[in-house]
Amino acid sequence: MSLYRTELRRLAKRRFTRYMSLLGLLVLAAVVIGVFFTNQKIGADQMAQAERQAEQSYQEQVRWSEQERAACEQAKTAGTATDGRYPDDCSVITPPPREQIQADWFLPSTFNFRETFDETLIPFAAILALVGFVVGASFVGAEWSTGGMMNLLLWRPKRLTVLLTKLAALLTGMLAVTLPAAVLWFAGFWAVASFRGSTEKMTAGAWQSSALTGLRGVVLVLVLTTIGFALASLGRHTAMALGGVVAVMVVGQFGLGILLSMASVRFTEAWLLPTYAAAWMQKKITLQDWNSCNANYYGECKPDTLDITWQQSSVLLSVGLVVILGAALWAIRRRDIS
Amino acid sequence: MPAVLEIEGLRKTYKSRRRGTRNALDGFDMRVDAGQVHGFLGPNGSGKTTTLRTLLGLIRPDGGRMTLLGHEVPAALPTVAGQVGAIVESPQFFPHFSARDTLSLLAGAGEVPATRVDEVLELVGLRDRAGERVKTYSLGMKQRLAVASALLKNPKLLILDEPANGLDPGGIREMRTLMRTLAESGMTVVLSSHILGEIQLICDSVTIISLGRRVAFGPVDEVLAQHSSGAVRVRLEAVSDLPTATEALTRAGIRVTGHPDHLMLAGVDKPAMITRLLAEQNLYVSELAPIAVDLESVFLELTATAPVPGQHRQVDESTKVGGTGQPGATGGGWGA
Ligand SMILES: Nc1ncnc2c1ncn2[C@@H]1O[C@H](COP(=O)(O)OP(=O)(O)OP(=O)(O)O)[C@@H](O)[C@H]1O
Ligand SMILES: [Mg+2]
Repeated sequence: MSLYRTELRRLAKRRFTRYMSLLGLLVLAAVVIGVFFTNQKIGADQMAQAERQAEQSYQEQVRWSEQERAACEQAKTAGTATDGRYPDDCSVITPPPREQIQADWFLPSTFNFRETFDETLIPFAAILALVGFVVGASFVGAEWSTGGMMNLLLWRPKRLTVLLTKLAALLTGMLAVTLPAAVLWFAGFWAVASFRGSTEKMTAGAWQSSALTGLRGVVLVLVLTTIGFALASLGRHTAMALGGVVAVMVVGQFGLGILLSMASVRFTEAWLLPTYAAAWMQKKITLQDWNSCNANYYGECKPDTLDITWQQSSVLLSVGLVVILGAALWAIRRRDIS
Repeated sequence: MPAVLEIEGLRKTYKSRRRGTRNALDGFDMRVDAGQVHGFLGPNGSGKTTTLRTLLGLIRPDGGRMTLLGHEVPAALPTVAGQVGAIVESPQFFPHFSARDTLSLLAGAGEVPATRVDEVLELVGLRDRAGERVKTYSLGMKQRLAVASALLKNPKLLILDEPANGLDPGGIREMRTLMRTLAESGMTVVLSSHILGEIQLICDSVTIISLGRRVAFGPVDEVLAQHSSGAVRVRLEAVSDLPTATEALTRAGIRVTGHPDHLMLAGVDKPAMITRLLAEQNLYVSELAPIAVDLESVFLELTATAPVPGQHRQVDESTKVGGTGQPGATGGGWGA
């Protein structure tokens, strides 16, 4: 217990922890503010404005098609209409029907809480997961590389306990940042929706769905924090973890992506990790293979699809977590410390 | 006296795929009794740090038995760790924390009252600089901080690997008094150092290691006595009597080297015998001085690491106990 409290204290004392968390929170705040200023509430004014714009646009279409038809007929009579620029029958050049030009298109963007809040949880989780990863990596990595870990082990010889306690303290710290941030995030977007959109139709089901997405986001943050921590402990250096991940992402993922698409493997995204992170957050991602074409009854081309579900993602996340953390634990038990 | 630290047949082999294996410790034995200040000496790379690291559970031995405060380690380390304060070879600290933060975090982890932090900072003379970041410290200040961290637990056994490394003369002397005071208060101190004058002054007993094996051990004066050559310098009232004296002494089986104004005798057990022998010849001694050996020359002799003009001794060229074909085999001609 004393070790746990001490590790929490150490975590909070680290300037890197503080700055990174602050940076993460600032980015999150910037996102909320950005969304606030790029959205508008839809009232009678905006509706009327949109109607006006739709009407205007319709009138433009009418004018344009009339011009075209006139030009077409002129060309017909002049006998120069052979280049396929105009149809045979000039009367087919008509403006689109009025009802096809919807006023909705001209509405300014607005923040509908029910529709959009869940989506905003993806950048929320991504930013905090990134913060968690680097903070986790540096928390243990710097300890290893500066000899702090060795000093600590002279006091607490049970290595597994020490590493797991550190991890527990780290996760507590991450939760202490993530949970209030989530509450603020929610409050922020509720405010955005209230002032720049709508908070309508938030049924119990919608609430539950948002809460679950939020929960999955928190889990993602904690998993990535743990992975950063475990990688840095394994490499005994912060840079090892960061470098390792950059290598995996850049070489592994980009390279793999390019290779796979060159080999024209179907559903290349299914091999890329971010897909699974997104599927985890969105519950399901449907990949499409545009090279295949299954004609349906109406002669329309339907691409093959592949669903990646959050359950599949959860398997991947847990396996990754267990393997990497397991390796870190095994390594600290077995290896000499010098 | 009970043993506070006991090591038997400790072995540690470093394996490297490219360079094969290296026996850093090769059946090493050591024993430290309670309340002593014990010097742990050996040339570079002889295995001192390896021994201490193994003892503290930082590295895994390949064989042998170790006990600390009567408990078998590494198994019982969690029990004894609270009573063993240690610094291992220029310890590093997280550079962005202040000394006080560093110690307070260690104290927190080890359940030591926070008031102890200021006590030890005072003790090592860092009180006024304790709020500064370790990064800004000089070598000696870091070393002082390390000693402070080892003292923080108020341990029964204090293990210090080269604590004087980087200390100023005043600091070394302070360290010496500190060790003595601690020992008097009942603490056992194991001290590894290359400053043998220091060791000779502070330590009650020593262990000397070379190439992973013990070459000598015991109370300092015993080690010195065992390896003093029994050299005695003799001066007579009249220089003209020296040849007669040489003859008489040689007849008595003593090895004599003549010098213009004195004689050097070797292999003398009792200096009194010399006076008697010479008095029988009516020769009167004006000076009879046993040549004191110091720890340094004994160390150089035992480990065969004395510098030889024109040669550059490489590390690992030192006495190998019980081994053959090793560089600088036992009793090699490199003695002091
Ligand atoms: N991690 C390691 N890998 C391989 N060999 C090692 C390792 N650590 C130490 N050694 C070897 O073990 C031997 C003993 O080293 P050790 O550090 O114990 O020496 P030491 O007695 O403390 O020397 P010094 O007086 O220079 O501090 C040396 O030959 C060294 O090269
Ligand atoms: Mg050493």
